[in-house]
Amino acid sequence: MADEALFLLLHNEMVSGVYKSAEQGEVENGRCITKLENMGFRVGQGLIERFTKDTARFKDELDIMKFICKDFWTTVFKKQIDNLRTNHQGIYVLQDNKFRLLTQMSAGKQYLEHASKYLAFTCGLIRGGLSNLGIKSIVTAEVSSMPACKFQGTMQKGVTDTPNKMFQWILCHRNGRLRRLTKPNIILKT
Amino acid sequence: MAVCIAVIAKENYPLYIRSTPTENELKFHYMVHTSLDVVDEKISAMGKALVDQRELYLGLLYPTEDYKVYGYVTNSKVKFVMVVDSSNTALRDNEIRSMFRKLHNSYTDVMCNPFYNPGDRIQSRWALLPVSASSPGGPYFLCPYPVQVGPTSCVRSSPGGPYSCVRSSPGEPYSLCPIQSRAFDNMVTSMMIQVC
Repeated sequence: MADEALFLLLHNEMVSGVYKSAEQGEVENGRCITKLENMGFRVGQGLIERFTKDTARFKDELDIMKFICKDFWTTVFKKQIDNLRTNHQGIYVLQDNKFRLLTQMSAGKQYLEHASKYLAFTCGLIRGGLSNLGIKSIVTAEVSSMPACKFQGTMQKGVTDTPNKMFQWILCHRNGRLRRLTKPNIILKT
Repeated sequence: MAVCIAVIAKENYPLYIRSTPTENELKFHYMVHTSLDVVDEKISAMGKALVDQRELYLGLLYPTEDYKVYGYVTNSKVKFVMVVDSSNTALRDNEIRSMFRKLHNSYTDVMCNPFYNPGDRIQSRWALLPVSASSPGGPYFLCPYPVQVGPTSCVRSSPGGPYSCVRSSPGEPYSLCPIQSRAFDNMVTSMMIQVC
């Protein structure tokens, strides 16, 4: 089917386009990854609206994650998520053993550190979809061996910005991993 | 025949609200505002027996002496509220359902519009389209909506329907209108004119 290749090729061009038009220093501090992720976010919001138009109302968070793993992933990538794990406390890990956007790259270690660029859009896609369904989350991706990858979603429950909470997002690439480093929270207990 | 249609965001502020009798609009705004409580009650876990939890259509929220208020909540927690005239007894549940379906389809199109930022008000703007500059008097612009006829504009009909021409000075920019929002507006207008 020609339409599968369309999105794949467009996505590859998008990644290289963002990196080509990056200004000085943007590649190192992760601005390009953020741009791709934000693109995915907006697309995810629109897509989810279209896909949930005819489905029944979701009962709870797990129901929403199952929808993302089955229907959403099937419609976008023509296959389902292979494994969904959760700790029932707001952390979900979606494992895809043959991620569509990475299959065209060689399966060895050669391009492992570049893989994170190609996962940013999909992270944003998941985050945008969840945000439109009412779940604030942080989605990161990890590749240990191509083309398998894991998407980890951390749901934030009732996040309130108290003035004494400090969060810092630092995305860095190290062996093909997107890492989130947080500063220790200083929460005053009254 | 809807008298008032409102689209409420998940944070409970209106994204779009429009009513047909343009006088006494505040009464409808207030009605929609009070219906939000009923909507919340219906979708919360307390009212399990009242409405089928899996359905998006909520049905009749509450009747007043002149009007009936219907509700619909999407999976993205966006609420549609429709106020209908009570005297129109021919309106059946199925018709209301199909009207909400159409509204949901139009809202999905608005959401997929790249010029629309989620959370903004749904508005449609005027569209100005350029015409060939060969007509006398300089560049004219075709506007698909009637503009006030003044010394610098003229009314001209064209194959696409009555358009009016507005003359502009050279270099004046023209703006593209977000087409999808206009489609949403048109959809709502058609719902107010007739049952669809």
